[in-house]
Amino acid sequence: MKKIATRNAFGEEILALGKENKDIYVVDIDIGKSCKTTDFSDQLPNQYINVGIAEQNACGVAAGLATAGKTPFVATYAVFGSLRMAEQIRQEVCYPKLNVKIACSHGGLTPANDGASHQCIEDMGVLRTFPNMTIIMGADYYAVRKLVRAAAAHDGPVYLRFTRDAVPVVYTENDTFEIGKAKKLADGGDISIIANGDTLFMAMQASEELKKQDIGVKLYDMHTIKPLDIDAVRECMTTGKLITVEDHNIINGLGSAVSEVVAERGDCIVRRIGVQDQFGQSAPYERLLAMNGITKENIVSTAKELLSCFKLA
Amino acid sequence: MKKLSIEELKEKAKEMRINTINMIYEAQSGHPGGALSAADLMTALYFSEMNVDPKNPKWEDRDRFILSKGHVCPIQYSALAMREFFPWEAVHTLRKEGSILQGHPDMKKCPGIDISTGSLGQGLSCGVGMAIAGKREQKEYRVFVLVGDGECQEGQIWEAAETAAKYELDNLVVFVDDNGLQCDGSCDDIMPTLDLADKFRAFGFDARRIDGHDMQAIIDVFDDIRAHKMGKPFAVVMDTIKGKGVSYMENVAGWHGMAPNDKEYEKAMTDLKGGLD
Repeated sequence: MKKIATRNAFGEEILALGKENKDIYVVDIDIGKSCKTTDFSDQLPNQYINVGIAEQNACGVAAGLATAGKTPFVATYAVFGSLRMAEQIRQEVCYPKLNVKIACSHGGLTPANDGASHQCIEDMGVLRTFPNMTIIMGADYYAVRKLVRAAAAHDGPVYLRFTRDAVPVVYTENDTFEIGKAKKLADGGDISIIANGDTLFMAMQASEELKKQDIGVKLYDMHTIKPLDIDAVRECMTTGKLITVEDHNIINGLGSAVSEVVAERGDCIVRRIGVQDQFGQSAPYERLLAMNGITKENIVSTAKELLSCFKLA
Repeated sequence: MKKLSIEELKEKAKEMRINTINMIYEAQSGHPGGALSAADLMTALYFSEMNVDPKNPKWEDRDRFILSKGHVCPIQYSALAMREFFPWEAVHTLRKEGSILQGHPDMKKCPGIDISTGSLGQGLSCGVGMAIAGKREQKEYRVFVLVGDGECQEGQIWEAAETAAKYELDNLVVFVDDNGLQCDGSCDDIMPTLDLADKFRAFGFDARRIDGHDMQAIIDVFDDIRAHKMGKPFAVVMDTIKGKGVSYMENVAGWHGMAPNDKEYEKAMTDLKGGLD
């Protein structure tokens, strides 16, 4: 299984976009090497700004650039790009609905050995509450390349989240992605799974495993959690049992977003698999996921538990 | 626009102050103190210095103005109304439902507002972004940013200042309304700002200190700025009086964010129309 960190996909796509369009800018915050923007800065210096270790300022500079017709991508880590800059994003990007993109590596638990300070399990939840914001986490290299391009074409604020470490390549060059449109990967009728980002691969594995046991799974990649693809959620609700999987706090991320729709629209049992409202620690990425029950095995057993509940009822 | 004499500009400044108090009185809400301390600069910008087109407020070659101390927006709204960026009647809608004149400036609602502000410390960063875009596109426009002295307690101001110096933004001018007071009291008591001209110099700016109520000095400093485009951003620290022009508001921190009652309004109008010195 080929694996690539999705921050690399960002680096490659932003370079391609910058070469095509001189109004595409990168605003770095001293971690360009890590956010994979060095090719961009080397080849397109006139479209590049590095403000040093000053996230709040970076956001304002990007807003100013956007008012002058530029499309700036602010590149940093998820924890800084969502939380350190949160109020600047709210005031200067989302409120005036400016064309600024916040492009963040080190999403979720992927900066595993860096420890809790650098892991970010809150970002999508916090930013989901900002009006006008679009929030995306692509699952692999190809998804991220396409979604970065879609974000550049989208007129308005976008938050993009990437992985620090390599994640399995599950799509091909020919797959297409549309902001706000979930991608269906399996279409069974017994239970539904909605996953995103780096957890999609294990959701696919779980789906295969369940299929072997004659359990039909409807599987969606909800790469955009805002705006949420409500039609996809409603379709999943037809199975009556739904599992969400995410590398994010179970509070206010994908699971919450899906549950909001379910709660308002009808009968369906939801189980949220994700970070259990606890900080991480320095540890291998897989261990951190396991500590939170974000595993293929837990998806499978949760599915079975839901199916047996349903039978009892 | 016809070139105005210093005396004519002073008359405009008086009108600006009267409009501002009228708006805040009518809304029974707003921030008169810092609006009055900034009135002379705002007059010079909108009636003498800035290259803007009220009929085409988004003209891409216009000079930009950012009111980083966004709470004093009635003074900017007054200038925009007088320059006919929007119909005069709007001045009666300040802070009211559906108004283009929000409690803090909204670029999507009000023509002539170049960036939405209200949360302190953020405007200079936006100005840096606009100024970088201007330089990279070889545009002639300039970016003027007005910050408060208390606002300079926000760390982001200094992050932005570093960036302005690094990118040699001699198309960027930051004005500091150094009235010495902030919401809770004097800046010296709350958090001393020290000499802000020295601070901006230390951050790589070419800085001047002027009397922010001396119209001639303000006009002269614009000439000075034009003559000194030497790869450095410019800071003009203005010694000002919070509440300038209304006797009982002058140098009183309590008038930071309070509207006058009927009696106070009458007195304010008497002071302003009489041209209190």
